[in-house]
Amino acid sequence: MSTDTSASPLAHLTPEDIEEIGRELDAIRDEVMADLGEEDAAYIRKVIAAQRGLEIAGRGALLVSLFPPAWLAGTTMLSVAKILENMELGHNIMHGQWDWMRDPEIHSTTWEWDNVSSSDGWKHSHNFQHHTFTNVLGKDRDLGYTLLRIDPEQPWHPLHLFQPVTNTVLALFFEWGVAFYDLEIDEARAGKRPWSNVASDVKRLAKKATKQLSKDYLLWPALSGPSFLPAFLGNVTANAARNVWTHGVIFCGHFPDGVQTFDYTEDQLEAETRGDWYLRQLVGSANIDGSRAMHIMTGNLSYQIEHHLFPDLPSNRYAEVAPRVKEICERYDLPYVSGSLPKQYAQVVRKVVRMSFPGGGGAPPAPTARGRPPTRPPPWRRGRRAVACGSWRTPPR
Amino acid sequence: MHVLDVAASLTTPLLPDDYLTYLNPLWSRREPRGRVDAVMPETADSATIWLTPGIGWPAHTPGQYVRVGVDVDGVRHWRTYSLTSVPGRKDKRIAITVKAIPDGVVSNHLVRHARRGMIVRLAPPAGEFVLPDAITEPMLFVTAGSGVTPVLGMLRALAAAGPLPDIAHVHLAPSRDEVIAGKDLRHLEQRHPAYRLHEHHDDRRGLFDVVALDALVPDWRERPTWACGPAPLLDALSDRFDAEGVADHLNIERFRPVVAADGAAGAGGLVRFTASGREVEADGATPCSPSARTPASSCPAAAVWASVTPVSAPCAAAASAICAPASRSTATPMTRRTSARASPPQPAPSTSPSSAKGPAR
Ligand SMILES: Cc1cc2nc3c(=O)[nH]c(=O)nc-3n(C[C@H](O)[C@H](O)[C@H](O)COP(=O)(O)OP(=O)(O)OC[C@H]3O[C@@H](n4cnc5c(N)ncnc54)[C@H](O)[C@@H]3O)c2cc1C
Ligand code: FES
Repeated sequence: MSTDTSASPLAHLTPEDIEEIGRELDAIRDEVMADLGEEDAAYIRKVIAAQRGLEIAGRGALLVSLFPPAWLAGTTMLSVAKILENMELGHNIMHGQWDWMRDPEIHSTTWEWDNVSSSDGWKHSHNFQHHTFTNVLGKDRDLGYTLLRIDPEQPWHPLHLFQPVTNTVLALFFEWGVAFYDLEIDEARAGKRPWSNVASDVKRLAKKATKQLSKDYLLWPALSGPSFLPAFLGNVTANAARNVWTHGVIFCGHFPDGVQTFDYTEDQLEAETRGDWYLRQLVGSANIDGSRAMHIMTGNLSYQIEHHLFPDLPSNRYAEVAPRVKEICERYDLPYVSGSLPKQYAQVVRKVVRMSFPGGGGAPPAPTARGRPPTRPPPWRRGRRAVACGSWRTPPR
Repeated sequence: MHVLDVAASLTTPLLPDDYLTYLNPLWSRREPRGRVDAVMPETADSATIWLTPGIGWPAHTPGQYVRVGVDVDGVRHWRTYSLTSVPGRKDKRIAITVKAIPDGVVSNHLVRHARRGMIVRLAPPAGEFVLPDAITEPMLFVTAGSGVTPVLGMLRALAAAGPLPDIAHVHLAPSRDEVIAGKDLRHLEQRHPAYRLHEHHDDRRGLFDVVALDALVPDWRERPTWACGPAPLLDALSDRFDAEGVADHLNIERFRPVVAADGAAGAGGLVRFTASGREVEADGATPCSPSARTPASSCPAAAVWASVTPVSAPCAAAASAICAPASRSTATPMTRRTSARASPPQPAPSTSPSSAKGPAR
């Protein structure tokens, strides 16, 4: 960000430290990857079975949701099913975390999620852009989803005064926010993306959304006969609950206090070493503390730090990796931002409100030792492997 | 089908399949499965595995193989096995006979750990190593070890239809005890006078020399021949048939492909899809076609799900039936330790596997 390097939480690291941290993190990743096996496969299949069971049960209960307890039970089960599907299943499977099983039914290239946005568009904007350019201003379009001002370095506009409201609306309709964001209209406006691409993406979105909407708001309610209206409202509630929850989890993963943003140029990004890249991920993410059930409901994105370090590591392994990452942070005197959901969420809300007004600066600067040639190419330079295999579209040059 | 279409709009983005398979795994149409019904030991290291295939599995022709997808330690592996049962059984079951090879991932798993109830993936039967529709001439079968399996399927089907025609069968095995389905073969010989079985056991008579054919089956040159076994045997046979000018009599099924040996392992190379003629440059850990999203079941080269690199020796055991490497091809076997990524393939269908009708002339 600013050029005041003394404030950087990484300023004390020598280039050797940085590379050593990179090696240590690589070693953790390799170790866990080599250990994957039947138990992991059984885990994801169990979650899938549970999710489908909950969805069927929830929808079943909503068929008779004129009866209020059935409405409550059905809506709750459907909400949980939708959250599980988007988080622990969709998000992680589309990251390629389970591709090692070589099961085409649980594979990043075939998974389509229960969400209005199509998995293809999401895989590009999320897997490629967000995970590669994590918290790089102007590059990581996730930063506030181009709608909000989340960082003091983002220029202020009077419209930002409304952003507490904008943010609430975004939370409620988060899946639509994601879908429109995947269209990258801002990129087309800036001339970085042909409008014809946008048009074909709009078509794809319209097709997917039609199917989603008719399933949730027409077909299932229609099957419910006299329970049409409560079943309809049950679906509205479940989708909204899922939206608010995912919005909260994602914002808590990147915007609480102490999380760094980076003002990099393309060259600086290219000069980034493996260690630099890891560190940017490390200090650009925040964890949420909680129970095992909470972790599963967040799709283990409560281990946002570990997820950003190892995006394609199966999510059920983040819990065992976290203490080791934390230990490295302690040894090298690095921040490891973590807190309870209410605490992190409060900080996010405060930030959204604060940034709706001009100013609010004073975040620490970017950490890399610049200009050194990379000892190992950063992940997005290493071809398909690390660019998370969902990036079907070629990255913008 | 109509019902499923309507149901699909209720289950979107999933398919009814994704729910129905919980009720019965054999109902899947997207990823056809098979259920292990029985595992019958054959020899110390081989077993016949009886499977009930899922709905819609087409009947096979004797001599054909089936690709089987097996999860070992959480990872799906596809391997190819010849069908040893008579097609069109009332109980719909099919059988494969598997020999566990040293360090073989799938063969050991199947022989030693397959249990009743285990679910595997099944691709439809395929292969050109089959008998002609009408059998008019005396025939010769030359098999060795587990290479007997496709021929076993043929013999059983012929025997089920009536008396066996004139067949000379030379079968090689390390010892009498190690003859897969030895009892069955001997039994067939007793019941069918036109079927002559010549067993050769290495432990008593040393390695087989193809010259011995002259003594065992003096009229071998006149007999259309089906041969399956290790590469050295098949190569020697090809040479002999070539030399005698009867190469077009020889039908060969290779369990292992001929893999180009030049280039360092893992260096990758050029992959050619024989049917389409399309060529893909691939490094040692890259799927043949990263952009493809063909589900394995509809992809004739679904072997890539078994091993992303097409031309590695272990992968090719399955893949050989489908894709023939261009000469430059070498690649390391894909293991999940070296790469965690697999992508489905997009090769053009190739229906003529390496079970070529003898060396192409
Ligand atoms: C058309 C066709 C039909 C086949 N039919 C049968 C059958 O009926 N019964 C049967 O048992 N097998 C059959 N095979 C072979 C089978 O597909 C597998 O290759 C075999 O079971 C070994 O797999 P694996 O996973 O155990 O070995 P892998 O783990 O893949 O390999 C372990 C080691 O064995 C070597 N190897 C791999 N394949 C072979 C092989 N075929 N022979 C010797 N060494 C090998 C590898 O190079 C490696 O060093 C057939 C293959 C083809 C292409
Ligand atoms: S394995 Fe890749 S096409 Fe055969």
